Amino acid sequence: MIGGFPIELLALQLFTGLALGSVFVLLAVGLSLIFGLLTVVNFAHGAFYMLGAYAGVFFIGYLGNFWLTLAVVPFAVGAVGLGVERWLVRPLYGRGIDYPLMLTFGLAYILVEVVRILFGAEGMPFDAPDALMGAVNIGVGYFPAYRLFVIAATAVLVVALWLFLEKTSYGLVIRAGARDSEIVRVLGIDISLVWLVVFGLGTAVAGLAGVLSAPMRSVFPDMGTTVLVEAFVVTVVGGMGSLAGAVVAGLLVGVVVSMTSLFAPAMAEVSMFALMALVLLVRPQGLFGKKGLMG
Amino acid sequence: MLKVENLHAWYDHSHILQGVSLEAKAGEIVSIIGRNGAGKTTTLRSIMGLVKKCRGQVDFDGTPELLDQPAHSRYRMGLGYVPEDRRIVPGLTVRENLRLGLVSSPLKKREAEIIDRIAETFPRLKERLDQVAETMSGGEQQMLAIARATASQPRMVMLDEPSEGIMPVLVDEMFELFSRLREEGTTILLIEQNVERALSISDRAYIMDHGTIVHEASAAALLADKVIQDRYCSV
Repeated sequence: MIGGFPIELLALQLFTGLALGSVFVLLAVGLSLIFGLLTVVNFAHGAFYMLGAYAGVFFIGYLGNFWLTLAVVPFAVGAVGLGVERWLVRPLYGRGIDYPLMLTFGLAYILVEVVRILFGAEGMPFDAPDALMGAVNIGVGYFPAYRLFVIAATAVLVVALWLFLEKTSYGLVIRAGARDSEIVRVLGIDISLVWLVVFGLGTAVAGLAGVLSAPMRSVFPDMGTTVLVEAFVVTVVGGMGSLAGAVVAGLLVGVVVSMTSLFAPAMAEVSMFALMALVLLVRPQGLFGKKGLMG
Repeated sequence: MLKVENLHAWYDHSHILQGVSLEAKAGEIVSIIGRNGAGKTTTLRSIMGLVKKCRGQVDFDGTPELLDQPAHSRYRMGLGYVPEDRRIVPGLTVRENLRLGLVSSPLKKREAEIIDRIAETFPRLKERLDQVAETMSGGEQQMLAIARATASQPRMVMLDEPSEGIMPVLVDEMFELFSRLREEGTTILLIEQNVERALSISDRAYIMDHGTIVHEASAAALLADKVIQDRYCSV
């Protein structure tokens, strides 16, 4: 017993936190990549997450298969992301950080309203597939199979992304481009193509986060708004531009929120901001961030 | 190989280059010398496509309108560039910095083989291949920058003050390397503060002042001409 709760319950709550944190990780990874490389603070990231959930609703109705839907949604949302970078964000490069920020801020409102017009304001159901219904025994008790799947899927994606960034030539170009885009250009690399791909990749992962969380949270036009705030908190805690930071901070914030909701439910929502304030006091650049990234 | 005619460049509203014309023939080493602020760096940056606003005629290796090409295509045409502050990418290892020089090249398929050969040519890099490049000394980083810019075997390479802030032993090594590159057929355009050193390996030299070329001569003639050297090169 700890704090009046049996250890099994705490362990289960830890897993709940990891599942919640997984969604944060997916969102923060995209935000962080896009910021690290393009210095674009993407305020439309929550809207891309929402688009992912709605694309899920649309494709599952059309394809009738959850797994196929899961594979198609990132491509659909990523394609929207490619268009946004190419025609909306790109003309604003070299104009300072506030231009793309304002653009994506406005874009988020437009996307939410378009979805509201097309699908209505009320929530839409999205069921987990039959294979992931119910709960499985994870040793400390029964835990929803779907949430376990979300944790596993996030782990696989993060590892894949890490291998892509660390082991491939394309990843090398992305890492180098984030630190010195000019040298990358004089070594024959079309940096604007790299930016396009990274924006597409970041939004695709946001879309995947949206469809993955659809069975856990409900699908409604404003679902991206709160999650965007959470994703920014995670990015700030982890350090802007850091993949490892996004992963560690995402899981940390998820666990802190879920544990607080057990011990002091009223404090659950504010707990992540308390964590952020604490991290900012001790390490203003975030847990894994580098000093002077904005300079 | 490279022919620049009437090149103008601006930063915001200041007119930095005011009609620069110069030429480097295949296999030559050509130096540009002149005081700080004369426009030497801007000349190279304009040729590489890094200056937003520039105008003029630049021919490179059979491409008549180089300035109309996107910046990244110039390296692929065989024009290497070592910028003045080396620009070693922080956080990447020596090997990763070298790989970066091959990403856009057809030689990428033979990456491992080429990096092995670079390691033979640059013994200082050999034992440090998997070290984070920033942790090396300034001279070693400069060697890496040169190795990176020449990894794809460009027809020509432009270097901006490669010997600046580097210990003398390494400067010797570097100038030997330039001679060797020339023997292999690489054309070199060099900016140097170390005027005598630069002239001793150059075929010809241009003197720049206030954004234009004010004098052109064979390196040997210029080396003997103390009057010109004093007028344009003393700091």
